[in-house]
Amino acid sequence: MEKPFAITLDPGSSLANHTGSWRTSRPVYIDRLPPCNKQCPAGEDIQGWLFHAESGDYESAWRHLTKDNPFPAIMGRVCYHSCESVCNRGQIDEPVGINSVERFLGDEALKLGWKLTPPSSESGKNVLVVGAGPSGMSAAYHLRRLGHSVTVYEAGPLLGGMMRFGIPKYRLPRDILEAEMQRVVELGVKVNLNTKVDNILNTMADGKFDAAFLAVGAHIGKRARIPAGDAAKIVDAISLLRSMEGEEKPMLGRRVVVYGGGNTAIDVARTAKRMGAEPLIVYRRTRAAMPAHDFEMEEALQEGIMVKWLSTITQADESSLTIEKMALDETGFPQPTGEFETIEADSLVLALGQDVDLGLLEGVPGLEVKDGVVKVAPNMMTGHPGIFAGGDMVPAERNVTVGIGHGKQAARHIDAWLRGEEHVPAVQHEVANFEKLNTWYYADAPKTVRPMLDIIRRQSTFDEVQGGLDESTALFEARRCLSCGNCFECDNCYGVCPDNAVIKLGPGKRFQFNYDYCKGCGMCVAECPCGAIKMEAEEI
Amino acid sequence: MSFQPVHFYQTGTFTVGNRLLEASERSVQANIERTNSLNSGHRACQGCGEALGARYAIDAAMNAARGRLIAANATGCLEVFSTPYPETSWQIPWIHSLFGNTAAVATGIAAAIKVKKQKGQMGDVRVVAQGGDGGTTDIGFGCLSGMFERNDDVLYICYDNGGYMNTGVQRSSATPPAARTATTMPVGPEPGNQFGQGKFLPAIAMAHEIPYVATATVADLRDLEYKVTKAMGMRGARYIHILVPCPLGWGAASEDTILLARLAKETGIFPVFEAENGEITGNLKIRRKQPVEEYLKRQKRYAHLFGKKPAVATIARLQAAADKNIRKYGLLDQEAN
Amino acid sequence: MLKQTEGSHAVAEAVGLCRPEVICAYPISPQTHIVEGLGEMVKAGEVTDCEFINVESEFAAMSVAIGSSATGARTYTATASQGILFMCEAVYNASGLGLPIVMTVANRAIGAPINIWNDHTDALSQRDSGWIQLFAETNQEALDLHILAFKLAEEVSLPVMVCMDGFILTHAYERVDVPTQEQVDAFLPPYEPRQVLDPTDPVSIGAMVGPEAFSEVRYLAHAKQMQALELIPKLAAQFKTIFGRDSGGLTHSYLTDDAETIVVAMGSILGTIKDVVDEMRQAGEKIGVLGIISYRPFPLEEVRNALQNAKRVVVLEKSLAVGIGGVVSTDVRMAMSGLQLEGHTVVAGLGGRAITMKSLHALFAKAVAGELERLTFLDLDWDVVNKQLERERTTRRSGPAAESMLRDVGVVAARIG
Ligand SMILES: Cc1cc2nc3c(=O)[nH]c(=O)nc-3n(C[C@H](O)[C@H](O)[C@H](O)COP(=O)(O)OP(=O)(O)OC[C@H]3O[C@@H](n4cnc5c(N)ncnc54)[C@H](O)[C@@H]3O)c2cc1C
Ligand SMILES: Cc1ncc(C[n+]2csc(CCOP(=O)(O)OP(=O)(O)O)c2C)c(N)n1
Ligand code: SF4
Ligand code: SF4
Ligand code: SF4
Ligand SMILES: [Mg+2]
Repeated sequence: MEKPFAITLDPGSSLANHTGSWRTSRPVYIDRLPPCNKQCPAGEDIQGWLFHAESGDYESAWRHLTKDNPFPAIMGRVCYHSCESVCNRGQIDEPVGINSVERFLGDEALKLGWKLTPPSSESGKNVLVVGAGPSGMSAAYHLRRLGHSVTVYEAGPLLGGMMRFGIPKYRLPRDILEAEMQRVVELGVKVNLNTKVDNILNTMADGKFDAAFLAVGAHIGKRARIPAGDAAKIVDAISLLRSMEGEEKPMLGRRVVVYGGGNTAIDVARTAKRMGAEPLIVYRRTRAAMPAHDFEMEEALQEGIMVKWLSTITQADESSLTIEKMALDETGFPQPTGEFETIEADSLVLALGQDVDLGLLEGVPGLEVKDGVVKVAPNMMTGHPGIFAGGDMVPAERNVTVGIGHGKQAARHIDAWLRGEEHVPAVQHEVANFEKLNTWYYADAPKTVRPMLDIIRRQSTFDEVQGGLDESTALFEARRCLSCGNCFECDNCYGVCPDNAVIKLGPGKRFQFNYDYCKGCGMCVAECPCGAIKMEAEEI
Repeated sequence: MSFQPVHFYQTGTFTVGNRLLEASERSVQANIERTNSLNSGHRACQGCGEALGARYAIDAAMNAARGRLIAANATGCLEVFSTPYPETSWQIPWIHSLFGNTAAVATGIAAAIKVKKQKGQMGDVRVVAQGGDGGTTDIGFGCLSGMFERNDDVLYICYDNGGYMNTGVQRSSATPPAARTATTMPVGPEPGNQFGQGKFLPAIAMAHEIPYVATATVADLRDLEYKVTKAMGMRGARYIHILVPCPLGWGAASEDTILLARLAKETGIFPVFEAENGEITGNLKIRRKQPVEEYLKRQKRYAHLFGKKPAVATIARLQAAADKNIRKYGLLDQEAN
Repeated sequence: MLKQTEGSHAVAEAVGLCRPEVICAYPISPQTHIVEGLGEMVKAGEVTDCEFINVESEFAAMSVAIGSSATGARTYTATASQGILFMCEAVYNASGLGLPIVMTVANRAIGAPINIWNDHTDALSQRDSGWIQLFAETNQEALDLHILAFKLAEEVSLPVMVCMDGFILTHAYERVDVPTQEQVDAFLPPYEPRQVLDPTDPVSIGAMVGPEAFSEVRYLAHAKQMQALELIPKLAAQFKTIFGRDSGGLTHSYLTDDAETIVVAMGSILGTIKDVVDEMRQAGEKIGVLGIISYRPFPLEEVRNALQNAKRVVVLEKSLAVGIGGVVSTDVRMAMSGLQLEGHTVVAGLGGRAITMKSLHALFAKAVAGELERLTFLDLDWDVVNKQLERERTTRRSGPAAESMLRDVGVVAARIG
C-alpha cells in the first residue's frame, strides 16, 4: 500500500522505540527457598516434587523426591512433617498435606515397581556403613548413587533399625519398610546382617574401607531408679517393642502401666492395647508439656488409652504401683506433693529414652563423646578422619527424617573427602516467606483429610491406622501448594505486563524479561503469586 | 454468575494462565502466540492500566474474530501513546479520527464491511471502537448513543480511568465523587469532585436495550476475556466498560494498577456485571470484601480524605455508595437470594 | 435521458448512478430532498449494495463517512448551513486523512439569526478545510459535478464538496439530462483506495504528528489540491467525450475576451448576471462574466488570464467576511495582484435576499460609470439599519436586533427552521 505520509503508519513499528531506557529498576526472576524445603530435615525439595505431582506426573515427582530421600512411603507414615507446620498455605487455610502426598508417591512407586536410578559410573572407593537404620540406609543409598561401593554391617537380623524394632507396624507396615529398604539394596549395596561391629578401626582395616559412616542409633533403654519388689515385672520400652518383632510375643498381663511421655510411651501403650491389655500412661507433667506429638496422643486417647498426668512412680510391687501426685510450681515445673496413691499393675514399661551403645568406638583416636553422643563437625565427620556419623548417635533431634538427612549430607561429604575435596553445599536462597506471596490468586481449597481405620480395628489389630490418599485426592492436595518462591508457570507476569516485556519461553522453560521494553513498573513482581520475581535497582 | 471460574487448584482461573488447564481452557493472554495487538514500544506510563486493558480486550477480540478485526480509536491517552509518528504499536488495522466520533466512525466501518461482504469483496471482518471515559461518556456520548440506538454491528470498549488523563487529569463525568483532579481540586468546603454528579454509562447503555452490556476490570482477566469473547459472538451494538487504573492520574504506585482494579471490585466501588437486551444476566461476586478505605488510601487523588484529620463523613458516603452497588447488583453471595 | 425534475432529485439520481456504497443522512433544509430521494432509492432496491444510515447528527454523518471511506467504500453525504458547522471538526478530519468522500452542500445562510435561505456562507466557512469545493450554476451542472466529484476525489484522494444553491437549485424543477448507468460506469471506475483498513494488510491511520513532520503533511495536502487543479480540466474533457456536454472545469467565461468590466460570481446567480450582461451588451457595454466552479483549489491562473485585459472587476458574492468584506473577492484580488485593475466587492443575496435584474443593472451601470464603492451591500435597507444603530446608541437594553428590525420592516418571522 502506498501510504499517505506520516498520517498512516506500518503496523508494530513502535518496536523501534526502546522504552527500556525509562527504567530505574528492573525485575529479575529468582528462586526463593520455600519454607517447607528449608524446614525438611531430609532436605527434600518439596515444592519441586509437588510441582510434578500437580500435573499428575507422579513418577517425575517421585524421582525428584528420591534424589534427596529414597523412602517416601516410610516418610509418608512416620515423618513428623515439620514442613507442614511452616507451610505458607497454613496462613491461608491449612498447610498443604505434604506428608500425605509423599506417602501417595511412595505407595505408587511400590505399586508400580519404580526403581531407583543406579550410579552411572563406579568410583572404586569402598565405604562402610554401620547400622541399617534410616540414617545408615540413606547414606548407603546416596553413596551408592555417587558410584561408591557400599557395605552395610547390621547387628540385627533385618534392615530398618528402629523403624523395624521400635515403630509399631500399625503405623509402619513391614512390607512397606522392607520394600523401600530392598530397593536401596538393589542398587548394589552389600548388606551383612547379624554382623555387629565391635571395633570400628579393625572392621575398616579388615574390609579395606576408605571411609565409614556410623549410624548405630540409640538402643539402650534408660532406667529410672524406682524401688522395686523382686516380683515386680519391669521392662524397658525398646526391648518390649523389639520383642514384638520376634516369634514370641511378650507377656505383660492385663494392667500395663507405661511410664513416660514421649512417642515411645504412646507406641507402647497402643501396642499393649492391641494385645488385649488395658494400658495406663503415667507421666510426670501435663499434656501440654509432653514430648510426644499431639496427634499421636490424640490417636491414643481415641483408642481408649488412659493417662495419669502429673504423677511419678515411687514404688513398684508385684501387682501394684505407688504413685505420688505432682503439682506445677510457679515456673511450671512439677513438684512432689506428698500425696500418694496405689494403683494396680501387672507390669511396668519404662519409656524414658535411650542411650547410645558406643562400644565399637572404644580406642578410636580423636573421637569426642559428649552427653553420651558422638560429636561431629558440620561435614558429619567425627574427630577421627574418615569416620563419619549420623542419626540418633549424634547430637540432634532423634527421628527418622533427621537420620535420613544426616545420611545424605554425610554421603556428600564422604564423597568429597574421598576425592580429597570439600563439599560446599549450595548457598541457600532467601526464604519465600508469606509476605512475598500474592495469595489472591490461589483458589480456595481446604485440606484433604486422610482416612483413618475404624476404631474397633484400631483397638484390636495391628492394621495400619492411617490410610493414604487416592489419585484424585493426592492430586488435589498437591495442587494446594502455593509453589512458594518458585515459578509455577501461571503466566501472570507474561499477562500483566502492559509493555509485553515478558517473553514466554514455553512449557517448562519459564520466562525471560525483554529489557528493551520493560519500563520497570513492577507489576509483574506485584502480581506474581509465588514471589518468584524481584525488583532490583538499575545501575545508572 | 457471569463467568464460571474453573475450580481447579492451585490457582484455578485466577491467574493469567495455569499450566494445569487444558490449552482450550487457558486465557488468550496465556498463549505464547497471542496477537499482542498493542505491541511493545508504546509510550504509556509505567504500569498503565489502559495499555494493559487494551491489549487484553483487543487480543481477545482478535482471537474471537480469528484475526479479522478493525479498530476505531478515540483521541486520548491510548491513541496518543500508541501512534505518535513515526511509530505505531498497533498490529491490527486501526484508525483514529477524532475525540468524540469514534462510535460513528466504527458504524461507518461496519457499514462498509457489510457492503463489501455483500459484494463478495471481503470476508467477515469485525469492528471494535474504543476510547477513554471522556471520549465515551462525555464528548462521544452522542455518537455512542446513536450507534447503540441503530444497533450497529460494533463492539464499543470504554477504558475508564476516571478522568481526562491525556490532557492532564481533568474531571470527566466518570470521575468518582471526592476524587481530586486538576479541575476538582481538594480545596474549599467540598474538596475534590462533587457528590451527586456524574453518570454510569453501562446503565445508560442498558437503557438502549442493546444486545450486550458488560463491565470488567484489568484485575479479572478471565472475566474480561469471557465478556469480550461473548460480545464478539453476538451481532449488533455491544458495550464493554473496563475499569483501568491510571497510576499518574490516581496518584498510585505503578505496580498497584491491578491491585487497585481488584480493590475497586472487591469493595463494591465498581460493580462487575453483564446484561443482555437491557436485563442484568450475571455478576462477578465479591470474593474477599474490603472496606473502601483499602481502595482509597492507596491513591493520592483521595489523600485529602486521610492524613491528620480524616474526612470520616466523606469516607462513609463513599462506603455507602459501594454498599449500594453491592445491594443493587447483588455482589455478595448472601445477598444474591 | 431528458427529464423535468427537481434539482435535489436530479442530484440524488446522479449519486445513485455513481454506485455509492455508504450514504449517511441527517436532515437539514434545503438538503433534505436529496437524501430522502436516495433513501427511497436504496430502500426500493434501485441503488443496490449500499448502506443508507440515518445518523443522529451531521457530526456523526461525516464521522460515519470517514469510517466507511477508510474501509474502502464509496461514501456520500449531504448537508447545509448549521449542519456543516456541526460537522466541522470531522470535515477537517476527512480531508486531513485524505478520504475521498463526496458531500453535497445545499448552500444556506448561517445563524444567528437562524435563516434557511440561500447564500454561500456555509460552504465558504470551510474554505480552508482542505476539501475540494465545486460550485454548480445549474441543476444540470449540479448533477454532472457529482459524477465528476467522485472521480476527482478518488483520483487525488481528497474529499469533494459539491455546492448548489439551496432552494434556488435544490427545489427548482428544470429539464435535466440524466445519463445512463453505462455512461457513468464508463466514466467512473470502482473505487480503488490509496489506503484502506484491511486485516490482511494492517495499517494505523490517523497518527499523531508533531512539528517534525506536520508542515510536510500540510504541504502535501496543498500539493494534492494543486494536482486537482490540473486534473479538473482533464476530467471535464473526458466527461465531454462520454456524456457529450461541457460540464465542470475550473471556470466559465462569458463574453470576457473584450470586456472592460468583468463580473465574477459563483453558483446560480451567474444565470441572472448573464441575462443582465446580455442586455447591457446590446446597449453597447463591454461587459462580461467569469463564473468560478472550482473555488478550492482556486484557479489563480485561469482567473488572472480571464481578467487581465479588463479595466474593472466586480466580485458579486453571496457571502460576507464580517469585518473586512468579501470572501471570494480576496481570492480574486490575489489572482489580480500586479494587474492595474479596479476591484469591487458586492455582497448580495444574503440569507435568500432576491438579487433582481433591476438591481444588477443599476449596480453594473454604476460600476461602468466608475461610481461603485469598493464594498457594496446590494439593496441594503438603510432605514432599518440606521434605526437599529440609533436604538443601540441610545438604549442600553436595546433588545434582540433581528427581532427589532423585523418589527421595523413589518414582517412576521417565517416559521421554517
Ligand atoms: C518406639 C519408637 C517410635 C518412633 N517413632 C518415630 C516416628 O514415628 N517417626 C520418627 O521420625 N522417628 C521415630 N522414632 C525415632 C527413630 O526411630 C530414630 O530416630 C531413628 O530410627 C534413628 O535412626 P538411626 O539410623 O540413627 O538408628 P536406628 O534406626 O536406631 O538404627 C541403628 C541400627 O544400627 C544397628 N547397630 C547398632 N549397633 C551396631 C553395631 N555395633 N554394629 C552393627 N550394627 C549396629 C542397629 O541394630 C540398628 O539396626 C521412634 C523411636 C522409637 C523408639
Ligand atoms: C474536540 C476535542 N476536545 C478536546 C480535546 C482534547 N483532548 C484530547 S484527549 C482528551 C482527554 C481524553 O480523556 P479520556 O477520553 O478519558 O481518555 P484518557 O486520556 O483518559 O485515556 C482531551 C480532553 C480534543 N482532542 N478534541
Ligand atoms: S505451599 Fe507448597 S511450597 Fe509453600 S510451604 Fe507449603 S508445601 Fe511448601
Ligand atoms: S508470575 Fe507466574 S509465571 Fe511469572 S514468575 Fe511468577 S509464578 Fe512464574
Ligand atoms: S510488568 Fe513489564 S514493564 Fe513492568 S516491570 Fe514487569 S516486565 Fe517490566
Ligand atoms: Mg480517561
